[in-house]
Amino acid sequence: MPARPRPLSPHLEIYRWQIGNTLSILHRVTGIVLALGTLALAFWLVSLAGGEGTYRTAYRAFASPLGLVCLAGWSFAFFYHLLNGVRHLFWDVGWGFERRQRRLSGWFAVIGAVALTLAFWSLLWHGGRL
Amino acid sequence: MSLRSPLRRVLGSGSAKDGTSHWWAERLSSVALIPLTLWFLFSLLLLPSLEFSVIRTWMAVPMSGFLSVLLVVVLTYHAYLGTTVVVEDYVHEHGLKLLWMVSLRFLFVLCGGASIFSVLRIAFGG
Repeated sequence: MPARPRPLSPHLEIYRWQIGNTLSILHRVTGIVLALGTLALAFWLVSLAGGEGTYRTAYRAFASPLGLVCLAGWSFAFFYHLLNGVRHLFWDVGWGFERRQRRLSGWFAVIGAVALTLAFWSLLWHGGRL
Repeated sequence: MSLRSPLRRVLGSGSAKDGTSHWWAERLSSVALIPLTLWFLFSLLLLPSLEFSVIRTWMAVPMSGFLSVLLVVVLTYHAYLGTTVVVEDYVHEHGLKLLWMVSLRFLFVLCGGASIFSVLRIAFGG
């Protein structure tokens, strides 16, 4: 048999931009963001074990403007990845593949993630932790 | 015409070079992370403050320390599995891919090990 190039899947740019592929890409992006967050969590735990001085240094880093932006991003990434991950788990057991269900669960994940992020930060704010 | 199964031609041809175990591990760890991450987040939220002594006291409680160790183990494992898939999908050059895969493994073992050690140090009053 002559060697033929292996078939390629259609390139990304031929797809119409819609909620399905957007959320799929967002799931992967938030996953990468959260993997970086895992490193930050390790840094925080090491600082906590190190004693009051190292903890204060880490705390100051997280409470800095850049630190807060990162924390805000991580919190949204977490809630979105959580909700959309549950959506994926439902798909894995074969539930929710209809167009309407897909769209509804997708919007639920996005709006839910925004709502949970806001609720989380308002709890922090009202608890006087900021 | 050969009557041999074409199976041998497709086995190992995927970008991951193995079967479903990776996929399955990713799902199982994700299920475990639902309660673990929510527990961790809400425990921190419910503390009176995020000061050093408050968090140290909380983490020294056996159940907090135990669940924290479980959290960092499963979280680091899940992060490793996920980032590995990303590299498999987008890095096509063999040498570069190998470098990425090895680096990710070292990075997450280091990160997970440091996290576990830190929690244990606090839990056992180091």
